[in-house]
Amino acid sequence: MTPIHVSRRKFLSAASKFGAALAVLPLLRPFAAFAATERNTAAFSAKSMSDVIKAYGGADAKESTEITITAPEIAENGAVVPVTVESKIAGTRTISVLVEKNPAALSARFEIPEGTDAYAATRVKVGETSNLIAVVQTADGTFYAQKPVKVTLGGCGG
Amino acid sequence: MGMSRREFVQLLAAAAAGPFVLHADRALAAADGKDFYQLPAFGNVSLLHMTDSHAQLTPIQFREPSVNIGLGSSRGQPPHLVGDAFLKHYRIRPGTREAHAFSCLNFSQAAKTYGKVGGYAHLATLVKRLRADRPGALLLDGGDTWQGSATALWSKAQDMVDAQLALGVDVMTGHWEFTFGAARVQEIINGPFKGKIDFVAQNVKTNDFGDAVFAPYVIRPINGVPVAIIGQAFPYTPIANPRHFVPDWSFGIQDENLQAQIDEARGKGAQLVVLLSHNGMDVDIKLASRVQGLDAILGGHTHDGMPAPVIVKNRSSQTLVTNAGSNAKFLGVLDCEVKDGKLKDWRYRLVPVFANLLPADPDMQALIDRHRAPYLEKLGEVLAVSEDTLYRRGNFNGSFDQLILDALMAEQDAPIAFSPGFRWGTSLLPGDAITMERLMDQTATTYPAVTLNEFSGEQIKTILEDVADNLFNSDPYYQQGGDMVRVGGMDYTLEPGAAAGARIKDMRLGGKPIDASKKYRVAGWASVAENAQGEPVWELVARHLRELKTVKAKAPSQPKLIGVKGNPGLV
Repeated sequence: MTPIHVSRRKFLSAASKFGAALAVLPLLRPFAAFAATERNTAAFSAKSMSDVIKAYGGADAKESTEITITAPEIAENGAVVPVTVESKIAGTRTISVLVEKNPAALSARFEIPEGTDAYAATRVKVGETSNLIAVVQTADGTFYAQKPVKVTLGGCGG
Repeated sequence: MGMSRREFVQLLAAAAAGPFVLHADRALAAADGKDFYQLPAFGNVSLLHMTDSHAQLTPIQFREPSVNIGLGSSRGQPPHLVGDAFLKHYRIRPGTREAHAFSCLNFSQAAKTYGKVGGYAHLATLVKRLRADRPGALLLDGGDTWQGSATALWSKAQDMVDAQLALGVDVMTGHWEFTFGAARVQEIINGPFKGKIDFVAQNVKTNDFGDAVFAPYVIRPINGVPVAIIGQAFPYTPIANPRHFVPDWSFGIQDENLQAQIDEARGKGAQLVVLLSHNGMDVDIKLASRVQGLDAILGGHTHDGMPAPVIVKNRSSQTLVTNAGSNAKFLGVLDCEVKDGKLKDWRYRLVPVFANLLPADPDMQALIDRHRAPYLEKLGEVLAVSEDTLYRRGNFNGSFDQLILDALMAEQDAPIAFSPGFRWGTSLLPGDAITMERLMDQTATTYPAVTLNEFSGEQIKTILEDVADNLFNSDPYYQQGGDMVRVGGMDYTLEPGAAAGARIKDMRLGGKPIDASKKYRVAGWASVAENAQGEPVWELVARHLRELKTVKAKAPSQPKLIGVKGNPGLV
């Protein structure tokens, strides 16, 4: 088994070794464009899902089985919990990742350009055992899915 | 007698039409002595499965649990059955050799009657016999093989690696193996195992790019039938055990990735697909309902000696879920008839390894003796004599745990002690000497430091709640498969079925309620923190035992339980 990622790793390590990393930079430009999007301070300091949705001008969210959250059931390290969200809802415009019990619930928001697969991957900090919530906005409304992630003290296993 | 017992057993096994094995199991129960190991072959593909031997190379005693509570939909269902409820469910006659192997009933007396169990030299004889009738059979090892004994710890698992090679293990996965550190695991896999034992784990990835660390599966032909063995390492290794041993690897259950591996293996022509799992039985039962295309999950971790598989129906088919006990006490035998590219019929038996009935294989015995030779004096030191049965396994304190807790409190001058709810550790009978070797069976880890902490009452409650949720969460994916932390000095009440954070009540020390804000001295060991410093716990307990000389019979302290009266997981 040679996972395809190995070549990516080798490429990156080779790229940095030979100073070729500079050549990668232009690729990063489109991402820099996001920085120009104004940060929605109200959304990123909101305490609950409904306040986050309100801050983006949405209303009642409906639970959807067309949103898939992939995250560990028990976090290996609460400071960096990997999470991916995939939305099969037609016309998905944004994906927001929330940690219900964090002091500020919203961790990340992705804007999905038209014609793009609605798939986002990031790492979030989870302070204590909590639901992860993915909120999806379309022209037709707001939808969400949730999955609990446990943060444990560890030890005492097996 | 018109019919020899052997013929009778074979007739019964042949009459066991359909996939249900209970008839064959009853025949096994009726047989004894020499005929105990008459195991007629079946089908064209056989898998032998062992798991969680915890490095017990020589025969030992092992008491099955008297407390293994199941809640909600798991209540009264395998593996959450003990004692009479267990025997009744599997139609095993009480008072038989088989009843002794599978239950805790009448343990110390039956243990004297039937003798020790396990031992790799005896297991090797059984494996050879079964292989003689089952050409091409593969031997699968579910892991927790390198840890649990003094010699495995002192040789950095070399004794177990050599024993696995001599036994003819074909494929393995892991859990406690990782506590020797990532480098040692890789050294063994790329060294002595290379070309001989495939170490598979679909759920271990690098932290940075998510690259596979091990081969996710291997396809081996058995009598011309391609068989895929997918590996599932213990998903919570970096949480239940110290993260610093495997800092660059991420684990988890990862059922989406598992489904992809199953589909890929089927696409490559595998006609039988099994998961060699270290998830634990409750997790495996849930997993089997969520993924499609697994014929069987051969499971371990929770040390459940289950005589028959649980059959889990899922969207497209069904999956057999087994669990094969611990301490080399059992060998699982799955015989399959694979025809027209799929599994048509099967037989399963979990065969107990009674050392008295299986002569030691001379080559394996020589290997074991060679590995033990440098340590014999140290292993054999008698620390004390026990007046009572000593054991660990069960949801709450075992009698050996109580001994460790008492030693921690006495030697550390602490009113409270915690000891991890490990499921490994052998048993001792009344009158047995507690040797250094038997003490190491309970304590041999690569992170044995004794620690003394000042915890507030609130912190103590948080710890107990946290561990209780790892054991009693209603969703198996949120469980870790160990038992409740062993608690010495203080009393508490536990409501297993309550919500997370609300299970622990009425904590008391010396009859007085524990104060949430007051600090208490709490002794413990096996901290998962990287910087834990302290004396190895076996040295502390050994010192305590040498002074005691005789360990008096003492019932281990148990929490007061709420809401589990009449639970079939309680004797």
